[in-house]
Amino acid sequence: MKLRRHPSGAEGLTLRSKLTVRRLLGEATAGVSARPMRSALTIVGTVMGITSLVATLGVSKTAGNQIVARFDAVAATEVVIEPAGSGNAQRASTIPWDAEARAMRLNGVIAAGTISAVNTRGARVRSVAVANSPTSEYDIPMYAGSPGLFAAVKTKLRTGRVFDAGHDLRAERVAVLGPGAAAQLQITRVSQQPAIFVGNRLFVVIGILDDVSRQPDLLDAVIVPNDTARSDYGLRVPGRLAIDTSQGAAALIARQAPKVLDPTDPSRLRASAAASPKRVRDEIQSDTNSLFLILGAVSLLVGAIGIANVTLVSVMERIGEIGLRRALGAGRRHIAAQFLTESTVLGLIGGTIGASLGVLLTVAISAVKQWTPVLDQRLVVAAPFLGAVVGLVAGLYPALRAASLQPVDALRAGT
Amino acid sequence: MTERTDPNGPTVPSGAPPVIELIGVERTFGGDPPVKVLRGVNLRVAAGESVSIVGPSGSGKSTLLNVLGLLDIPTGGTYRLDGIDVAQLSDGERAALRGTKLGFVFQSFHLLSHRTVLENVMLAELYLPDSEARGGGSKVERKARAVRALDRVGLGHRLDYTPPRMSGGERQRAAIARAIVHAPSLLLADEPTGNLDSENTVAVLELFDDLRHDGLTVCIITHDDSVAEHADRTVRMYDGVLTDVVREPVASR
Repeated sequence: MKLRRHPSGAEGLTLRSKLTVRRLLGEATAGVSARPMRSALTIVGTVMGITSLVATLGVSKTAGNQIVARFDAVAATEVVIEPAGSGNAQRASTIPWDAEARAMRLNGVIAAGTISAVNTRGARVRSVAVANSPTSEYDIPMYAGSPGLFAAVKTKLRTGRVFDAGHDLRAERVAVLGPGAAAQLQITRVSQQPAIFVGNRLFVVIGILDDVSRQPDLLDAVIVPNDTARSDYGLRVPGRLAIDTSQGAAALIARQAPKVLDPTDPSRLRASAAASPKRVRDEIQSDTNSLFLILGAVSLLVGAIGIANVTLVSVMERIGEIGLRRALGAGRRHIAAQFLTESTVLGLIGGTIGASLGVLLTVAISAVKQWTPVLDQRLVVAAPFLGAVVGLVAGLYPALRAASLQPVDALRAGT
Repeated sequence: MTERTDPNGPTVPSGAPPVIELIGVERTFGGDPPVKVLRGVNLRVAAGESVSIVGPSGSGKSTLLNVLGLLDIPTGGTYRLDGIDVAQLSDGERAALRGTKLGFVFQSFHLLSHRTVLENVMLAELYLPDSEARGGGSKVERKARAVRALDRVGLGHRLDYTPPRMSGGERQRAAIARAIVHAPSLLLADEPTGNLDSENTVAVLELFDDLRHDGLTVCIITHDDSVAEHADRTVRMYDGVLTDVVREPVASR
C-alpha cells in the first residue's frame, strides 16, 4: 500500500484510482462487442485501407517477379559481340565468318548467328509484278545473317522457312522478309515462290517472319545468307554476333565469347549482356509501389476518419456511462484510456481482417493470371498493427473529449 | 414535526466522529449575474447516521448532493469527508476518493444496459486499487463480493440478467448493490424512489432501513416527506440554506 502524507489529512489512503491493463482490455472489448453491428461498420474503412495496401503491395510484388521471370527468359539470356571502339582502326577487331560455329562450342550457348547490315548501294526493292499490276519500289534495308541467326534472335516464323547452311554455302539468292518489309511489298504467302528485285538482282522469298524478340532492325528488313551478300554485295566482315544462352549463363558467355572469337586479343571485342534482373525488378517495383502506396495511404486515411467519427458519436451517446464511471472512481486518464483502447482494438480487428483479405485477394489475382503469388511476410505481420495505429490516432480526439467532461455534467446529460 | 431555523446550521449530534462536515459551504455558478446556489451550508453527519435532505425544486438539493459526492467543487467554505479536506485534493485524487468512500444511487439507476447485473455491480470496484479493496482485489474475490451484494438486495437469482429485462424496482436494487459492494463510508441517494411505483418504493425503502440498521451512513435527497421520514434526521433546503426539521425519531413513533 502506498502510504502518504497529504495536506488534506488523507494519511494512509491510496488516493489514486487504478485500472490494470487487463481490466482496461476487458472493458474495451466489452465496449466494442456491446454494439457488434456498429463496430463492424466502424472498421469497414480500415479493412478497405489495409486490404488495398496489402493486396496492392502483394500484387505489385507478384507482378514484378513475373515481369522479371519473363525478362530472365528473354533478355537476360542475350549476349551481343561487336568490335570494340571505332576510333582506332588498328585496335578494332573483326567478327570471323565462322563466329557462329566457334560460339556454339561454348557450354551454355543455345544458338548463335552473325548479323550484318548490307550496303546495296542504294538499290531499291520491288516485288515481281503479278497480273500486270503496277508495283512500287521501296528503300528497304538488307541484312545478312548466318543460318543460326533466326534462333539466336528468337524469331517467330509466320510462313515458309528460313535459310539454312546449304543456301549459305551455295550463296543462293533467297530472302526472308521481316513482317514490315513483307507488308510493304504486299507479300503474304510463299507457297507460289514470290520473288523480289533488289536493284536488278532477283531473290526468291522463302519465308516471312512474324515477330523478332531481339534485334528489332530485322522487322523491316530483307534478310539474306552471308555468302550471298559476300558474293553479290562484297560484304567484307560480319557486323556482330548475336548469342542466345541458357538462363544464368549470359555473364559467363559474355566473358568467354571474345576469347573464342579473337584469342590473340579478346579486348578488341566488346560483349554486351542485359542489365541485372535484380536492378530491373527493383525499378519496376519502385514505380508500381509508389502509386499503390499512395492509394493505400488514402484508403487508410479514410478509414481513420471513419473510426474517429464513429468514436466521437459513441462518446456523445455514452456520456451517461462516462459520468457513471467518473462517479465510480475513474480518473480522466481512465476514461481517455478506455476510449483509446476501444478505437485501437477496432483498428486492430480491422487491420487483421484487412490483412487476411489482402492476402486472399493477392492469391486470387495470381490464380486468375496464373502467376506465382509473392508476399512479403513482414507486411502481412505488420498490417494488423498498422490498423491498430490508425485506430489509436483516430481515437485521440474523441478520447480527449470524453476525458474532458465534468462528471456532474456527464451524469446530468446521460439521464 | 416542527421546523427550526438555526443561523449556525442544523443540529449537530454529538458523540460519533462525523463522516460529513460542511462548514459555510458555498457554490456560485458563473454568469451574468452569478447565481449563488449554496449560501453557507453547515452540516455534520455522524458515522452510522442517516439524513434526508428535502426541499422544493431549485432549492439547491442536487447541487449539495454533487458537492457531497465530490462531483462538484464548492466555491467557498470547507468540506471534510471522513476527516479529509477535499479542497486540497486534485481531480484524480477526488476521483479515487469517490471510488473508495462513496456509493451512489441515482433516480435513473445509471446501469449499463449491455452488461449483466453482476458485471454492473462489479464495475464499482473496477477503479479501486487492490490495496483498498476490502477482501482482496482479484477477479474471483470481486465477483464473490458482487454476488453477496446482489444476494443482500434480493437479486441473487438475476445475476446474468441485463437491465432491460428487469423491472424498475429490480434495477434500483441492482444499483443499490453496486453502491454498497465496496463497503463505502457514505451512501448518497438522489431521489432513489423517484422512478418507482408505490410497491417498489416500499421495497427499496425497506432496503435502505436495513442498510441504516447495519450502520451504513446514508444521505438521501428527496422531495417526498414520506421517504424522508425513513432517515434518522431530516434537513430542509430552501434557497441555498439548510434548516433543521425537528421531529420525533422514527424508532419511538
